[in-house]
Amino acid sequence: MNALLNLASRILPGLGRHDDVYAFNGGVHPPEHKAESNTRPIAKLGTPKTLVLPLRQHVGHLPKVLVKVGDRVLKGQLLAEAEGTVSAAIHAPTSGTVTAIDEQVIPHPSGLPDTCITLSCDGLDKWAPLQPINWRLSDKKTLVDSLRLSGIVGLGGATFPSHIKLRSNSQSPIHTLIINAAECEPYITCDDMLMRERADEIVAGIEIVKHLLGAETCLIGIEDNKAAATEAMKAACQQGQALVKVVPTLYPSGDARRLIHLLLDLEIPSDKRSTDLGVQVFNVATVLAIHRYFAFGEPSISRIVTVTGNVASPQNFEVLFGTPLTDLIAAAGGAQDDTSHFIMGGPMMGFDLPSSQVPITKAANCIIAAKPDLFPAPPPAMPCIRCTRCADACPVNLQPQELYWFAKSDNFEKARDYKLFDCIECGCCSYVCPSTIPLVQYYRYAKSEIIAADKAKEAADLARERNDFRLARIEREKLERAQKHAERAAANKNEASAKADADEATPSATPSDSAVSDKQAAIAAAIARAKAQKLASGPAPDQPPASKTAASKADAQATPADKQALIAAAIERAKAAKLAAAQAGLAPKNTENVSPSVQAEIKQTDAIREKARKLTESDTSEPDKG
Amino acid sequence: MNRSPYISNAPTVSTIMFKVLLALVPGIAAYTYVYGAGIVVSLVLATSTALITEAALLKLRQRPIQPYLMDLSAVVTAWLLALSLPALAPWWLVVVGTFFAIVIAKQLYGGLGYNPFNPAMVGYAVLLISFPLIMTKWPAPLALADQPLSWSEQISFIFQQTLPASMTVDAISSATPLDYLKTQLMLNKDVASISQAPIFGHFGGQGQEWVTAAYLLGGLYLLQQRIISWHLPTAFLVALSGMAGAFYLMDPSHYANPAFHIVSGASLLCAFFIITDPVSGPTTPKGKLVFAAGVGVLTYLIRVYGGYPDGVAFSVLIMNMCVPLIDALTQPRVFGHEK
Repeated sequence: MNALLNLASRILPGLGRHDDVYAFNGGVHPPEHKAESNTRPIAKLGTPKTLVLPLRQHVGHLPKVLVKVGDRVLKGQLLAEAEGTVSAAIHAPTSGTVTAIDEQVIPHPSGLPDTCITLSCDGLDKWAPLQPINWRLSDKKTLVDSLRLSGIVGLGGATFPSHIKLRSNSQSPIHTLIINAAECEPYITCDDMLMRERADEIVAGIEIVKHLLGAETCLIGIEDNKAAATEAMKAACQQGQALVKVVPTLYPSGDARRLIHLLLDLEIPSDKRSTDLGVQVFNVATVLAIHRYFAFGEPSISRIVTVTGNVASPQNFEVLFGTPLTDLIAAAGGAQDDTSHFIMGGPMMGFDLPSSQVPITKAANCIIAAKPDLFPAPPPAMPCIRCTRCADACPVNLQPQELYWFAKSDNFEKARDYKLFDCIECGCCSYVCPSTIPLVQYYRYAKSEIIAADKAKEAADLARERNDFRLARIEREKLERAQKHAERAAANKNEASAKADADEATPSATPSDSAVSDKQAAIAAAIARAKAQKLASGPAPDQPPASKTAASKADAQATPADKQALIAAAIERAKAAKLAAAQAGLAPKNTENVSPSVQAEIKQTDAIREKARKLTESDTSEPDKG
Repeated sequence: MNRSPYISNAPTVSTIMFKVLLALVPGIAAYTYVYGAGIVVSLVLATSTALITEAALLKLRQRPIQPYLMDLSAVVTAWLLALSLPALAPWWLVVVGTFFAIVIAKQLYGGLGYNPFNPAMVGYAVLLISFPLIMTKWPAPLALADQPLSWSEQISFIFQQTLPASMTVDAISSATPLDYLKTQLMLNKDVASISQAPIFGHFGGQGQEWVTAAYLLGGLYLLQQRIISWHLPTAFLVALSGMAGAFYLMDPSHYANPAFHIVSGASLLCAFFIITDPVSGPTTPKGKLVFAAGVGVLTYLIRVYGGYPDGVAFSVLIMNMCVPLIDALTQPRVFGHEK
């Protein structure tokens, strides 16, 4: 099919403009709105009075705070270090004093407060001693380990710690590095401006990342609406460090899997990572940050942010992390009066900021001042008419109308079958829906429900497993106790019968003595037997004949798993012994010498035992149901 | 809160339905030219019935009336039904058919988006089964009538079933070419001699050629506007002409040629306007091909072997039943997954 499409694109003029890149299904062309913010150069935003640094600025574990309230810190000093594998450090963006470590509202879709370090800036902007590293002279492991201290995360918005992506992986060596400069979301121009102004530094970063990954080739994917940036990058790549590839402007070409497909005609399987196929993707701003870290020792303390939408003069700013949003808005000439709220990210995948007081973080690529005219609330949703515009637009080739149907009816199993979890929430389906159904909302809901249900199931499974184990343990302990009692009883009986034998052999002994001792032994044995029967819920051993005591002991030492079989065998042996005894005309019990009352007691015990044995026999006949 | 995307760019359901209505206008114009103004009366009757019953049912179902009436889907159903009925159909036939389409086939199933069957075709099938005689009596095209009815005469016929004193019903009505062909073949005539009859016109029916061409024009507009996808009309027309072609090659004296089948009856209306109903149709590209090809094959078989003059309505309804299965079996490959 792709071959056909490529052939078609070669034959048909107009389609053939990008004949060296491939196509993915669907995608949409929202109005770009990039011209508003990419006409002015990147401006450096001044240092505010206070900076608020959320610990949660990246994907993964929260970093460990190293400072306390009242500490004086220098610019670039480590405030919190990466903890665990997936984590990133936080540095002081300027010099000053730590005034608080507490919960504050952070820019996150949840709108919930989280731990932040508040830094009162002293205005001196005094750097901590920095340690540049000559990457050409160091070994890769040292470099990557050092990068863990840089606090650098993916600046395209995903905020995944960069040092993890650069760790060497012997199983699937990376052959191709892709630099994601597509910037496909409307309004956002921070990467565009960065490439226009700092192409050389980006290419320097590319060289480092290529070296660390051991990648042979590097492709830079830029959408064809950024001619100036493309030219700048091409000029900077003249020594062949990377190949600039222009891809058609089609949202969401900046999605990593889409971009890999566009550039390499390589479909990353759903259950694999791109690195499994030897491809790693970095954002332009991220490689620039890596360059600055090695070349100057500068950790991640600022980023380029596009401020656009309903502000007086939309522009890109280099902003210290922790800067209040209000400062940034003021720098862009202030928001117009009819501004309703602020959006972080683009209009396709961004989210409403909980307030204008939130700080700028590593994820903040774009801030859009929204007003009702700009992003009007959609009219009430109509029923789905199955027009499949959504399916035509879906870059993952899902069937959004089916997923909507399943999500709406809480048919989550079906939603999963129809690959709900391959949905990248790009919003193309909602964008083209004639019935204005908030489709992505339904998918987010279904995903969260499924994840919650999976977690609950996992917890329930674990609880059930633990309960099963507990029951098994109780059972085992019961059996062991029963075994012990049986052994002890057998031992006692052995002793008693030995004594009786001795009595018989020496008739001079007083009958009363022997009678008393016999009686005691017999009672002890009977009680032990009764106890054993009572305790053993599974098949318990019958009183083994004296000759089988050794075997019985061996049984007791056997593993619990074998116990049931051994016990059954013991019962068989006891039966056989009993039968043999009956045939020999001998009662198997030494009860002749005891008083009638004791004899009655023994008989009673025997009856109980008999009953129990019948039960256990019926049990052992169906061992599977035990 | 995450409620992105904040922007959208989609025609509303009303816009889509309006464009479908617009695409029907050339067909209606041609129809009026060929058969007279009776069709306009039928359209008005069907539209009013559809809107009134839709509003009443929405009120009964406690749904907002205004947005659902404004979506124009009821009007599309009404127009498609009216265009499928014989010109000069009595007024009550139009009303009963529309009532069935809107009330039973659409609203009782849950309204827009929930009807498993094409409402217009349900209405048509009910009428065809209940009133077979009226449903197969088409007026002769005006060009062929000895004494064409004037507009006022047509209207009085629709409402009162009365004709000018000098005329009989048989004088103004005739079998359709499809019907005529079928009955004449039973008399052991061959196709070549049968199609010498004046109602056959150049391809498949005097005057009907113009109506068909006008539907094609409307259909191309819908394709260009991306209201319908190419899969459905293409697969339907290929399947229908493929069937017709195969039979025609086997025995040209007994089976009409493909062009006749394309031009006759409701073929093009079906290809561009009826099977393209998204609600009762399949959603996957492959599914659309299967569905439309199925309608094409069934239409041919019913036309040639069935007891009804045209097979479109039943074919569509039968294939509607298969839609859930077709959809389930033709799911496209998701990016990053093996088939």
